[in-house]
Amino acid sequence: MTDIQYLAPRTLDEAVKAFAAAAGAGRILAGGTDLLVQMRNGTVRPGVIVDIKKIAEVTSIEEIAGGGFRIGAAVSGAALREHPKLRKIWPGVVEAANLIGSTQIQGRATAGGNLCNGSPAGDSVPALVAAGAVVIIQGPKGRREVAVEKVPAGPGRLNLTAGEIVVGFTLPPRPKGSSDAYLRMIPRTEMDIAVVGCGVSLTLDNGTCTAARVGLGAVAPTVLLVEEAARALIGSKLDAAALEKAAVACSAACRPIDDKRGTIAYRTKVAGVLLKRTAAIAAERAGRK
Amino acid sequence: MSTETANDNKWIGKNTIRPDGADKVTGRAAYAADTTMPGMIWGKILRSPHPHARIRSIDTRKAEAYPGVKAVVTAKDIVNFPLDKSVMLGIQDMRWMCRNVMAREKALFAGHPVAAVAATTEKIAAEACKLIEVDYEVLPFVIDVEEAMKPDAPILHDFIQFDGKPSNIAGKLEHKLGDIEAGFAKADVVIERTFRTKPVHQGYIEPHACLVSVSDGKATIWSSSQGQFMVRAMCAYLTGTPQNDIRAIPAEIGGGFGGKTIVYLEPVALLLAKKSGRPVKMIMTRGEVFHASGPTSGSFSKVKIGATKDGKVVAAQGTYCLQAGALPGSPIRGAAGCSFAPYDIPNVLSVGYDVVSNRSKVAAYRAPGAPIGAYAVECVMDELAEALKIDPLQFRLKNAAKQGTKAAHGPVYPRIGFVETIESALKHPHYKTPVPKPKNGLLHGRGVASGFWFNAGGESSAQVNIAEDGTVVVITGHPDIGGSRASTANITAEILGIDYKKVSVLIGDTSVIGFSNLTGGSRVTYASAMVVTQSTEQVITQLRERAAKIWKIDPDAVVWENGEARPAGDNAGKFEPLTLAQIAAQASATGGPIGAGKQLNTVGAEGGFATHVCDVEVDPGLGIVRVLRYTSFQDVGRAIHPGYVEGQMQGGVAQGIGWALSEEYIYDKSGKLDNPSFLDYRMPVSSDLPMLDSVIIEVPNPKHPQGVRGVGEVPLVPPMAAVANAIYNALGRRLYSLPMSPPKVLAAMDQAAE
Amino acid sequence: MSKLHVSTTINGEPQEFLCDADQSLLDILRGPLGLTGSKEGCGTGDCGACTVTLNGRIVCSCLMLAAEAEGQQIGTIEGMAGEELHPLQTKFLEMAALQCGICTPGVLMAAKALLERNPDPTEHEVRFWLAGNLCRCTGYDKIIRAVMETAADMRGAAR
Repeated sequence: MTDIQYLAPRTLDEAVKAFAAAAGAGRILAGGTDLLVQMRNGTVRPGVIVDIKKIAEVTSIEEIAGGGFRIGAAVSGAALREHPKLRKIWPGVVEAANLIGSTQIQGRATAGGNLCNGSPAGDSVPALVAAGAVVIIQGPKGRREVAVEKVPAGPGRLNLTAGEIVVGFTLPPRPKGSSDAYLRMIPRTEMDIAVVGCGVSLTLDNGTCTAARVGLGAVAPTVLLVEEAARALIGSKLDAAALEKAAVACSAACRPIDDKRGTIAYRTKVAGVLLKRTAAIAAERAGRK
Repeated sequence: MSTETANDNKWIGKNTIRPDGADKVTGRAAYAADTTMPGMIWGKILRSPHPHARIRSIDTRKAEAYPGVKAVVTAKDIVNFPLDKSVMLGIQDMRWMCRNVMAREKALFAGHPVAAVAATTEKIAAEACKLIEVDYEVLPFVIDVEEAMKPDAPILHDFIQFDGKPSNIAGKLEHKLGDIEAGFAKADVVIERTFRTKPVHQGYIEPHACLVSVSDGKATIWSSSQGQFMVRAMCAYLTGTPQNDIRAIPAEIGGGFGGKTIVYLEPVALLLAKKSGRPVKMIMTRGEVFHASGPTSGSFSKVKIGATKDGKVVAAQGTYCLQAGALPGSPIRGAAGCSFAPYDIPNVLSVGYDVVSNRSKVAAYRAPGAPIGAYAVECVMDELAEALKIDPLQFRLKNAAKQGTKAAHGPVYPRIGFVETIESALKHPHYKTPVPKPKNGLLHGRGVASGFWFNAGGESSAQVNIAEDGTVVVITGHPDIGGSRASTANITAEILGIDYKKVSVLIGDTSVIGFSNLTGGSRVTYASAMVVTQSTEQVITQLRERAAKIWKIDPDAVVWENGEARPAGDNAGKFEPLTLAQIAAQASATGGPIGAGKQLNTVGAEGGFATHVCDVEVDPGLGIVRVLRYTSFQDVGRAIHPGYVEGQMQGGVAQGIGWALSEEYIYDKSGKLDNPSFLDYRMPVSSDLPMLDSVIIEVPNPKHPQGVRGVGEVPLVPPMAAVANAIYNALGRRLYSLPMSPPKVLAAMDQAAE
Repeated sequence: MSKLHVSTTINGEPQEFLCDADQSLLDILRGPLGLTGSKEGCGTGDCGACTVTLNGRIVCSCLMLAAEAEGQQIGTIEGMAGEELHPLQTKFLEMAALQCGICTPGVLMAAKALLERNPDPTEHEVRFWLAGNLCRCTGYDKIIRAVMETAADMRGAAR
């Protein structure tokens, strides 16, 4: 006795059609680890659930020449981890996706869902922002691509138009000497929502940082791309002074709230601490001696 | 494991397989939510959204008319216990219980039940709850214990007076010994500190649940609790049903830690079942468990201890203000009574205040109140040891209570094992290993702390029956919350001299076995061992009589050895020994079924003591504290089943680490609990903890047949101070409030740097 | 709206059931299918007491729609023992690695999946693999030891 409909279309077109037809009452089901919780506590009451896991493009990982990848929105964290090449080239993205929840959750939770849940604390998002990932979106009017940091509009809100579905992410080709890392602060060792999350992606040439991107989570209404921090790193040897400058930039970029998970002062300070640690890991992975 | 007092035992002290084990590893064990009945419907509770509100009226008509709804219940269906007359059931006052299960005059916390609906599905019941119209007059609220004690605080109950004025202070308890002023006058060093703790939840993984059927006025209750007799009695009181018309069946219980020593759902389900004529099942969500079942008190404490230069504590004063929640009853006895109990101190003043406030009513949590008191006292003891330049364990040893010590809470101690716990810690490789130096920017520290819990005896019943094939069935009346059936099997098998696998142990429902008090107070193995021992001894007497009858000799000429009846000596005659199976096979011919029961109000459970050693690592950049090594030393009297004794010690320590570092009730500005989930109420997960070494010390209790003292609660008493002292050792900075969460640790370090 | 018909495989046996679109797999397991060995401790994926396998991977059955089981392979605690207990089940009993037992089915399902992937896990690996299975009774010590000892026994037996 329920008025909810469950659909599991086999093609993206069908999915978009069904989702668009449902208007505001539709919900996309990827891993379901957020959606089912929201349905249970009554914050979400969908009329139509569109399960996208039967659609090949949304559930696969494809390599692009030069170290790039196209990752389906409904690929689970565990599937990302089990892709050896992806893990080697984009260790930060993979580790971020694998910090979402327990082993049980990792088998279900997806980067697409993490982004579309719209939480500023989603773990995979800062790593994807740092990675320079591009989001592939399909809607009634066709396909478009947009930088990942442009998708979140605020807590629980997205810059998507009616009927649009996130299909996947493109990770760009990777120059030699590149790597990434993601660290988050949680009070426990597992099972918590990030109090602060930090993703750093960088490229080293002879020890000098030639490119960098920094993503920060849980310190503002949306995940932030901190260009000031990246600028502090680029051109440096990632020495203490450069890291300090980038850390200060991260702290300065924070616009956090006091809540049950952390205080403004704490989040602001920790953002800087995490930047230094994350950048050091990324640099090591990129081959810094 | 350390000392073995009697190695000639075959089963006592052995890690046998628990009788209920196979069912629990295969998913077959039936817990409260696992049972169904034909025609069963579902009950749901409507809860107050306000932390404090007068209930002007409740209109249930729309809900009653909703299709699928079979019954609606409000406070007017619950027996009212007038405010001017106390009716006690154990430690619970029915005046408060009748108002806790269903708000009467006022809703006293966000989550307080105001009505309940039974309907054909859970969804319909939940929808119908929304149709109930409650007219609330919203009142100002107060949650924090210090705020609630202020003169201008909103008053919860007009009938509570303190010092002649309306107050939220519902009670005071005082323990005095010697002359406190004269004592402090003799001290060379006096340290006084203030401590604060947050409410923490017992955190059992099984939410409260029950299934109740009423037919012809007779109720059957299937629920998980820490006492089926408590369920029967409370439901009898709250629904006006005679106790003989209620059969309370104990389901397997998925954790309680004190939190299931009271009822929430059962009386409501009983009334819904009665009104609807259908069996009613109710299951709390995890959110409801957090919102509306009892966490323990938050607290505000002041402790002052004075010692002479040579390290002798001469005076100690403690004031413990405990948050009772909506209705009186915080565990001030545990805080005020246990906090100084480990020490031989001539002058003591220990005072507890019971303070009501607008959160869910407190329920027992493992050594109720004692961890709050010990946290404060053991931190001050640590500061004193440092001020006196004495090793903190040696300082405790120098002041340790022993046989003959007069405790402020009353007793003169008989033989106790506190000194042994400290000596064992001092000798242990953990304490002898140096604290690691700072490494990779991480700081290390070690802390110690001790603790005491009263332990309890009380009413227990047992029945030991010999089956026709000579196997044994034992029934006791205590829900088995952590392996007590295994202990009972060990004891019965030991006394009878048979394989423990020939002993089945069951928990009887209220119609099957005599009254047995709660599983709580660390009493079950203590008390049930007594009644099981006496029952089994009576059975052996019968077995000797039956053998005597078969052999046609005097029963006194028959002994029971190694599971067999034997002639007492050559004079008794020459007979082949008779096994239990052989005697059982002839039972009908020799006088009928063989079996015996014993019912006792047991006394003589003596106090339990523990000393803990904890190593932590602190990340000074993030303020994160991790426990790297932990060893607990506890006098248990006698470990009947060492595996489950260690399990109690380890489990208590894990809860203590959670309390120390990450667990807390957080309220939002509207007075609503802001973290009612396992996501944000942060109990330790497996990757948070190291192995938790446990050293069992056995100083047998002379008043118990096997020497048992009680185990379960002491392990939660020392950990908060042990962790706090370790953090100080790492940082050189003390934190005076729990939890010692990363923002607090970082703030303390920033202060230190200034 | 009529109910959905789902054909699936549970513990190796074909199984059909009817469900609402918003019902979780756990609701169906515990309700119509009577498989109450999977427990609900939270309903939000935080405790792991409802752990089952989905095509060999552990998931929280409270966070999966029953409708998603269509055509999939589900494993529950009821399918863990054959004629004899699984070595993990035996070891948990021998080492007192359970107290109240409510988390035990979920812990066992998760531990079994770990040992199938990693027959020689370190303590660190076991602890992080099982981080999604809350246990409030044991402090995890005996659980971790039991999993590691079972792994050692199974490696010995396989040799």
